[in-house]
Amino acid sequence: MSKMQIPLGPQHPALKEPENFMLVLDGEQIVDATVNLGYNHRGIEKAAENRNYIQDIYLIERVCGICSHSHVSCYIGAVEEIAKVEVPAIAKALRTIVAELERIHSHLLWLGVAAFELGYDTLFMYTWRDREQVLDCLELLSGNRVHYGMNTIGGVRRDITKEQVDEISKKIKYLKERTSYYVNVVTEEPTFLARTQNVGKLPKDVALELNAVGPTARASGVDIDVRRDEPYFIYDQLDWKVITYHTCDVFGRAVVRVLETIESYKMIEQILKAIPEGPISVKVPWKIPAGEAVFRYEAPRGEDIHYVKSNGTEYPERVKVRAPTLSNFQSLPYCLKQGYLADAVITIAAIDPCMSCTDRAVVYDINKGERKTFDQEELRKYSIEFYKKKGISFK
Amino acid sequence: MKKPLRLFPEAMKNLTKKAATSKYPFEKAKTYPGFRARIVFESEKCIGCKMCMRVCPAGAIEIVLSAEQPAPQTAADGSQIPQKKKFDCIMNLDRCIYCAQCVDICPKKALASSPDFELAQFDRKKLKLHYT
Repeated sequence: MSKMQIPLGPQHPALKEPENFMLVLDGEQIVDATVNLGYNHRGIEKAAENRNYIQDIYLIERVCGICSHSHVSCYIGAVEEIAKVEVPAIAKALRTIVAELERIHSHLLWLGVAAFELGYDTLFMYTWRDREQVLDCLELLSGNRVHYGMNTIGGVRRDITKEQVDEISKKIKYLKERTSYYVNVVTEEPTFLARTQNVGKLPKDVALELNAVGPTARASGVDIDVRRDEPYFIYDQLDWKVITYHTCDVFGRAVVRVLETIESYKMIEQILKAIPEGPISVKVPWKIPAGEAVFRYEAPRGEDIHYVKSNGTEYPERVKVRAPTLSNFQSLPYCLKQGYLADAVITIAAIDPCMSCTDRAVVYDINKGERKTFDQEELRKYSIEFYKKKGISFK
Repeated sequence: MKKPLRLFPEAMKNLTKKAATSKYPFEKAKTYPGFRARIVFESEKCIGCKMCMRVCPAGAIEIVLSAEQPAPQTAADGSQIPQKKKFDCIMNLDRCIYCAQCVDICPKKALASSPDFELAQFDRKKLKLHYT
């Protein structure tokens, strides 16, 4: 059978941001895959050099909408390290609460998106309905739902009140109950199992070699987590465990994410019980002394690294961002190979790529010169039909 | 262990429940205290230090001297006492990212966040607000 090359993206329904995957098909099977990056270049690192440290907080926050707290905490961590600032205990506790709320919101969002990509809309709707509760917690605490603007150099911008603690505890209790139910759904529902088990395989040695991070690596049995390996904020004072799984497939990545959410609830409950008192921030001079620092941070998608170089002025000389998705992209072609075209969408979605939204893919037969266009609905229908033929019911 | 129809009882339970979504714009959207939306300005408090302009990440805020300045008062001995200068604020809502860093940095609390978030306009010129 002749081989076909399919460009998946830069405009494609499975991708939330523009990115291109060239898939070489032999019939239904993917025999080769290439990732092409660069469609979403915004020049943020260069822009950061022309703004002062305070302005950069809000610029870096907008690197990503879902992990906005992660990026800004990572940047601020590096700046505070250069300036040798000791952050108050309450600020560290509040940063940890927001970081864990963000992880919950990101993982529940992922579970919904993954369920949608599988054609399992019921689960998608319930997870997203419950995700509203965690977004409410974030809005209550910081003022806004997405770009929280909670961090500032030397501490946090808003204090927490007794009423807020009670309200968040109530919502966390509800979410904990709901997430325990989703753990059962993810691990027992035959539709979910049939479409995720043995899909997008990434063995442990390959994950290590290709530098997979976060839930993608932990689902392959790689025991890494910056929160434990190089603790920042107050993670070293909390009782929690790193979740790893051994199946090395999309199913494992789903299990790791839902179980991590449960760990996050545990952490938030512990912090809310004993919030330290005192001023929420310390004053940091406009001019940061010359120096450089690297900060590692466990974002919901994996390890985020920021490098900041200061030259003694109020503008940074260099800010470098290494987002976790860039690291996970290295392993993606391996996951896609030997899989089916119908599984390509969920395999890409399983690393929780932080890119953008698309609307169609073109199937191009090189030998015959034929073109066929799939739009979002068609490709989704195609994947559902493909599995229906294999006897998987979506009722 | 496979258990079919895991979500079926949940779906049944929700059949009779009210929709989880809100009816915005027919119902007013709920915002929490501390919500950051349109920035408001009080000219009496402003001392013209322009710290807000210095920290604004988007360059959305501009503090300028008002066209009309208060007349100096005459003291009992006939000397003129200069009055506090009056400042205007030009707010470019098309550039503002609603981070409210200007509110945090203002030493005299002349700027504040309001919960007014329905700011869409068809004409870009209308997004340029001139507070006096």
